[in-house]
Amino acid sequence: MKQDQRVNFMNAITQTGAAVSIARLSKAYRTREDDEVLALDQIDLDFEPGSFVAVVGPSGCGKSTLLSLLAGLIGVTEGTISIDGEAISKPHPKIGVVFQSDLLLYWRTVLDNILLPIEIKKLDVSRYRLRAEELLTQVGLDGFGNKYPSELSGGMRQRVAICRAFIQEPGLLLMDEPFGALDALTREQMIMDLQSMWLRVRNTVLFITHGIDEAVFLADRVLVMSPRPGRIDLDLKIEMPRPRQWNSAHEDKAYHGYVRQIRDIFEAKGILVAH
Amino acid sequence: MASTDVVRAGRATGNQGKVMAKKKSREPWLERYSALLLTAAVIVAWQIFVPLAGLSKFVLPTPLEIAGRMVTEWRLLLQNSYVTLFEVVSGFVVSVLIGVPLALSIFYSRPFERAIYPILVAFQTIPKVALAPLLVLYLGYGWAPKITLAFLISFFPIVISTVVGLQSLDKNLVSLVRSMGANEWQTFFKVRLPAALPSIFGGFKVAISLAVIGAVIGEYVAAERGLGYLQLQANSLFDTTLNFATVVTISIMGVLLYFVVDFVERKVAYKRDAAK
Ligand SMILES: Nc1ncnc2c1ncn2[C@@H]1O[C@H](COP(=O)(O)OP(=O)(O)OP(=O)(O)O)[C@@H](O)[C@H]1O
Ligand SMILES: [Mg+2]
Repeated sequence: MKQDQRVNFMNAITQTGAAVSIARLSKAYRTREDDEVLALDQIDLDFEPGSFVAVVGPSGCGKSTLLSLLAGLIGVTEGTISIDGEAISKPHPKIGVVFQSDLLLYWRTVLDNILLPIEIKKLDVSRYRLRAEELLTQVGLDGFGNKYPSELSGGMRQRVAICRAFIQEPGLLLMDEPFGALDALTREQMIMDLQSMWLRVRNTVLFITHGIDEAVFLADRVLVMSPRPGRIDLDLKIEMPRPRQWNSAHEDKAYHGYVRQIRDIFEAKGILVAH
Repeated sequence: MASTDVVRAGRATGNQGKVMAKKKSREPWLERYSALLLTAAVIVAWQIFVPLAGLSKFVLPTPLEIAGRMVTEWRLLLQNSYVTLFEVVSGFVVSVLIGVPLALSIFYSRPFERAIYPILVAFQTIPKVALAPLLVLYLGYGWAPKITLAFLISFFPIVISTVVGLQSLDKNLVSLVRSMGANEWQTFFKVRLPAALPSIFGGFKVAISLAVIGAVIGEYVAAERGLGYLQLQANSLFDTTLNFATVVTISIMGVLLYFVVDFVERKVAYKRDAAK
């Protein structure tokens, strides 16, 4: 309904998702006492271009580590990561990131926050202004471009952060628990918004979350990670038609089957304990 | 209040600008003018108290006498103010020019931080006033020792507040702009510096007030011009009213300089809670 109207506002942007290939990826952190903490252990993964991949796993299993590695923010200990066949060692221009907190710059207006990556990439800012406003419209924030972040609620700010990632037209979008700090109602709305934004551009998404329900609802594929050192315990293909509607998806037998399967893994590993 | 309005407006359009502007002017006037009112009350009490207590104007002149003297002696006060103002501003500018780059070096270089911080702190424990006679010895009677003293007394808060401002940045913001491909130059100008500005200006405000003290103390020790010098002259002539008039002039200068810094801050830095 409202959702679809918003989608129509946007011009079609043709953009292909990036192919991601991760081979024997390990990451060990050196701690203060010169110990090593193995956060990721020999991970092999391939993301199909344009797929929506969700990662769930217990706290501290290395999800954020995986994201930082893909974002080129930290170096690998072993193994390789490549985006469209290019090995990455530093931040790749095809990658956009949304963090758990919105990380908006409070001295910039909403519009200027969205245009920050354009400035940093030394692109012509004036050419992206219209696109920024379109994105704002898409997340229901039309007219908020000249406001400052302090004038916005938490959910609105996170929407702006998502616009800031999308304006980079990232072939690979990395999201680290983007809805973790939001109330249930706002979260639901944003899950729907994210789905429709993603359906427009069909880029590759790595979506890290603690919410099994949002992982299954959004993703084409859910990866379940083991406790540290992180490995992939389950690689689950989610086959439900899109666009997925909130109510019908939650009434779908298949949906509950997927959730059950993930919960079973957590229970088997003792991450979720049944009483 | 205004921000909850925005929240409630939710997904509608955001034309709340006017509402906010109205809210601002509705700030209670008592709160707004409280500092002025208190000052006025103290001045009135002073004016009434002095004749009641039978104090001579050699001991404590009344505010009206001081004000009158400031009017008759405005030329003298102004001429000496120029001298002191020049020393204060020069000292402050030197502090900024040395303090900020020093802070940047401390921020970017661990070894440098290790080497310089203990020395800075040790230096800060020296009462700068005690250096004034030495500075006169080395630099003579002109403006040089005053500027140096104003600099020495005011540069420490600039260094500290700049370092603290840069260090207190949310590391995730750096990750964010790095992920967009920013180099350190861009990271500094897009994120580090703007985020540190409120703290840096906090240091500037302390520093400008201290620079006034430094310059005046420099003039106490040895000078032929300046407000500190004028005060000493008044003292030796038992002209308490002129003495007070000079003190008032010095504090007016301090307040004005503070507001100049504040004005510049408003021009270049957006306050985090400006909208609230
Ligand atoms: N900079 C670091 N130095 C040392 N150890 C680290 C560092 N960052 C993370 N770790 C360790 O690596 C492991 C994985 O951390 P990571 O942040 O990737 O977990 P996570 O899965 O994102 O957890 P959460 O769900 O709580 O966000 C943790 O055990 C953590 O203690
Ligand atoms: Mg994490």
